[in-house]
Amino acid sequence: MRSEDGESSIATTSCLLLSILYFLAPILFFSLCPLCLCGELKIMITIVDCGINNLRSAQKAFEHLGFATHVTRQPEEVAAAQKIVLPGVGAFGAAMKSLRDAGLIEPIVDGITAGKPFLGICLAMQLLFDWSEELGLHAGLGVVSGKVTKLPETPGLKIPHMGWSALHFPRSTKLFANVTPGSMVYFVHSYHATPDEPEVVAATCCHGLEFVAAVERDNLMAVQFHPEKSSVVGMQILDNFARL
Amino acid sequence: MPAKRIIPALDINNGRVVKCVKFENMRDAGDPVERAAYYDQAGADELVFLDITASHERRGIIADLAAQVTEEAFIPFTVGGGLKTTDEMRAILAAGADKIFINTSAFENPPLIAEGAAQFGVQCIVVAIDAKQRGANSWEVYLHGGRTPTKVDAVEWAAKVEELGAGEILLTSMDGDGTQAGYDLELTRAVAEAVNIPVIASGGAGNIDHIYDALTVGKAEAALVASIVHYGKYTIRQIKEELHERGVEVRL
Repeated sequence: MRSEDGESSIATTSCLLLSILYFLAPILFFSLCPLCLCGELKIMITIVDCGINNLRSAQKAFEHLGFATHVTRQPEEVAAAQKIVLPGVGAFGAAMKSLRDAGLIEPIVDGITAGKPFLGICLAMQLLFDWSEELGLHAGLGVVSGKVTKLPETPGLKIPHMGWSALHFPRSTKLFANVTPGSMVYFVHSYHATPDEPEVVAATCCHGLEFVAAVERDNLMAVQFHPEKSSVVGMQILDNFARL
Repeated sequence: MPAKRIIPALDINNGRVVKCVKFENMRDAGDPVERAAYYDQAGADELVFLDITASHERRGIIADLAAQVTEEAFIPFTVGGGLKTTDEMRAILAAGADKIFINTSAFENPPLIAEGAAQFGVQCIVVAIDAKQRGANSWEVYLHGGRTPTKVDAVEWAAKVEELGAGEILLTSMDGDGTQAGYDLELTRAVAEAVNIPVIASGGAGNIDHIYDALTVGKAEAALVASIVHYGKYTIRQIKEELHERGVEVRL
């Protein structure tokens, strides 16, 4: 009897344990799973939607390279970002207004100041400067001192400067690691930025004049061209940024 | 001066590339997305998609196409064919296309060019012109895929579309199209000299000499290529290497 009792109690206990496990296993699995995922995708690239640009190309380029992206125009999400990408197409004044109205200026500037990797694309490179003369004078983010002015009219050259042009590198930078000098990238712009401090210049290009095609200062990077439309070379540049 | 561009053109019907050809390392040559990725890797500078779908669902189909191409090809691309409104343009540009082109609708409704340029920027608006020779140094604009003559001079129309806000002209010689006998250099040069916006030469490419001539004698900024690359006669890289050797600045 005793032994029978003992056996039955063991059976009952193991049955109970099994059923507890049965119910707990999925909970454990699902609660641990996101942790695994976070471990896998360490890098999340936050792409700021400033309302007027086509950011889908930049997003798809990062995803093609295997990085996770998050598109947002919520200031608190930008404030919490690990890496910030600001794409930009359109007019300077309208873009600044859109950023201001969405409350995005503070988290962007704070993120840059705090040392988060930041990449500005096309118009977003210009937005980093003190001011632009596009369609009247407009104040920029002032993170890089300098100005944005129109490309000069030059006989035989068209404005907007649109198409593939070669990059020249005055120094070696993180953003252009493994990019051969003279590589061509895709530009579409009518204005160009001139920093007060030449040491921030990461790349130059020629269209009527030699203009600044990219800047890099510690964690702050910006390009006048479209890496997301610049084929293999552009993908190398985005990969360099994502791996910082 | 930006590099001269080589632009493969793909005709799309119901979301599929019309001319099915044999490609190495490609599972499905009729898939426009796979073809776009292939040409990006092959060194094409841009892509042009001409949608010839006749069905009512076509609007959604071409926006989907633009969305899918954006996921796999990382070079600029232009989509067109039957676009009539700025809403249709917006859907394609929002999906990730860089430019749209309009042809018949631009002719029948010229303010559409200015409206598109104002909303999306001149760099997004390409006007396609189909022209047929009607005498010495005279070419006539045709509409509806070359079926409808207009009596309007192609060079004058080109100057007009620039004035209205077109950022680029895609110029097709109907006499040359499909012949592989060379681009119409006189037409290309006449239009290129009449405008300050880039001209893409189209129609008639049969060999690399033809492309070289269009980009030099014809003064075009870009050459559209179809059969000579689709059927594997040349690779994009072969074309660009030879152009480079002959002194034309291209992206290698």
